[in-house]
Amino acid sequence: MSKLEFDVPAKGGFSFDLCKRNEMLMKKGVQPPSYRKTGTTIVGLIFQDGVILGADTRATEGPIVCDKNCEKIHYMAPNIYCCGAGTAADTEAVTDMVSSQLQLHRHHTGRESRVITALTLLKSHLFNYQGYVQAALVLGGVDVTGPHLHTIYPHGSTDTLPFATMGSGSLAAMAVFESKYHEGLTRDEGIKLVTEAICSGIFNDLGSGSNVDVCVITKGHKEYLRNHLLPNPRSYVSAKGFSFSKKTEVLLTKVTPLKEKVEIIQSGEAMEE
Amino acid sequence: MASDMGASYGSTLRYKSVERMKPIGKHSLLGASGEISDLQEILRYLDELILYDNMWDDGNSLGPKEVHSYLTRVMYNRRNKFNPLWNSLVLGGVKNGEKYLGTVSMIGVHFEDNHVATGFGNHLARPILRDEWKEDLSYEDGVKLLEKCMRVLLYRDRSAVNKIQIAKITEEGVSISKPYSLRTFWEFTAFRNPTVGAEGSW
Repeated sequence: MSKLEFDVPAKGGFSFDLCKRNEMLMKKGVQPPSYRKTGTTIVGLIFQDGVILGADTRATEGPIVCDKNCEKIHYMAPNIYCCGAGTAADTEAVTDMVSSQLQLHRHHTGRESRVITALTLLKSHLFNYQGYVQAALVLGGVDVTGPHLHTIYPHGSTDTLPFATMGSGSLAAMAVFESKYHEGLTRDEGIKLVTEAICSGIFNDLGSGSNVDVCVITKGHKEYLRNHLLPNPRSYVSAKGFSFSKKTEVLLTKVTPLKEKVEIIQSGEAMEE
Repeated sequence: MASDMGASYGSTLRYKSVERMKPIGKHSLLGASGEISDLQEILRYLDELILYDNMWDDGNSLGPKEVHSYLTRVMYNRRNKFNPLWNSLVLGGVKNGEKYLGTVSMIGVHFEDNHVATGFGNHLARPILRDEWKEDLSYEDGVKLLEKCMRVLLYRDRSAVNKIQIAKITEEGVSISKPYSLRTFWEFTAFRNPTVGAEGSW
C-alpha cells in the first residue's frame, strides 16, 4: 500500500506560518529587529545614446547609518544594471537571483539579454510575494531594441519612463529632474543632471547620504563610476594621530598599512583551463 | 509668495478660486494651507488684532515679526488644548526696510528662513530653493524661481491646480497678482508610446 506523503508545497510564495507567533510576541512587547534598509535616493534617466543610473551610498538600520559606502547599483547583465531601494537583503537577493537567471538564459539562447526579460522576471517574482519582498527598483539597460528605463514597485507593478526616481529621497531628486530634464541630453549633461539629483537627495533627505555612484550604459559599452562624487569628505581628521594617556612613554612608532600593495607582474603563462 | 488657488474636499476638487494669501495690516502677508475654515478663523483673529492696534492710534503698526509671534502663540495654545487649527502658515513682510519670512505649523513649530514652503512644497520645492536661492534676487528672478517650484508641484502633487497667484510685499505695501496659469510640457516622445517595448507595463 502506498503511503500518503504530506509534502510541503514546493512552489514559491510566502509561508505565513510564523505570523501568528510574531503577532503574539509583539503584543507581549518584544521589539522586532529593525531591517537594514537602504533609505535611499536612486535615479535613472535616458539620454541620447543610452541610460544613466545614479544612486547614493547610505544604508540605514532604523536611525543609525550602518554602511556609509554601500553599493546600490547592482549588476544584472553586461548591458543591464539595476538600482535598488527598500530592504537591502531583498534588493540584493532579488537582483542576484534574476541576474543568474538571465545568465542561464543567455547561454540557452546565445543572445544578449533584453531589459524586458529582466523586467518580467523581477515583476513576476515580486508579485508572487504580494509586496512582502520590499524591493523598489530602477532597472535600466541598452539592448538590441534600444535604451530602456523601468521602475519596479514592491507589489510588482512597473512603469516605463524617460526619467525615474525611487526611494525616500525620490521627491527631492524628482524636483531636480522635473525642472531640468529635456530630451536629447548629451552624456556629460546627463551625468551632471543625475549627480545633481542624487546630491539633492543626499542633502535634503535624511535617509540618503554619503557619496554618489553613477553607471552609464550605452550600446555595447558600460561605465560603472563608483563614488563618482564624494560631497561628504571627512574634513576634520585629528592631525595628532593616536595619542596615549599621559604616563605612557612612546618607545617606537611603526605604521603598518592594513591593505597590502600588491604588484602585478605581467609575465608567465595564464592558468591552464 | 506664490500659492495655487485650489481647495479640495477629500479627493474632490471643490473650489478652484480660493485666495489663500491675504494682506495683514500694512506690512505683512499671510499665506496658508490646510483647513480653509480654520484659515478664515485665523483671519478673524488677525482682523481683531489689527483693529485694536489701529485703535491705539499711536503711529506704530504691527510688523511681520509681531504678527508671526502672535500666530505662533495662538497655534501652540490650541495644540496644547488638543484642538489645533489645522493649518500651515507662512508669514512674510517688510517693515522699516527689514525683510521677514517665517512659518508656523499646526503644532506650533515656528522658524524664519530665507525660503519656506508648506505641505508637499517642503519635499519638492525646498530642495530646489536650497540650491538656487541667493541673496539679492531681483523680483523677476524670484518670480521665475517660484514658478519653477510651482510647476514641479503641479506635475507631482495630485491636489495641485494650474491657477496660481504671486504676491509681492515691499516697503510700499502688498500687491497680489491676478490668477494665471503656468505653461506645462507633456510632449516627451517617451510619454507617447511608453510600453512599445514592454507589454503590460504603464
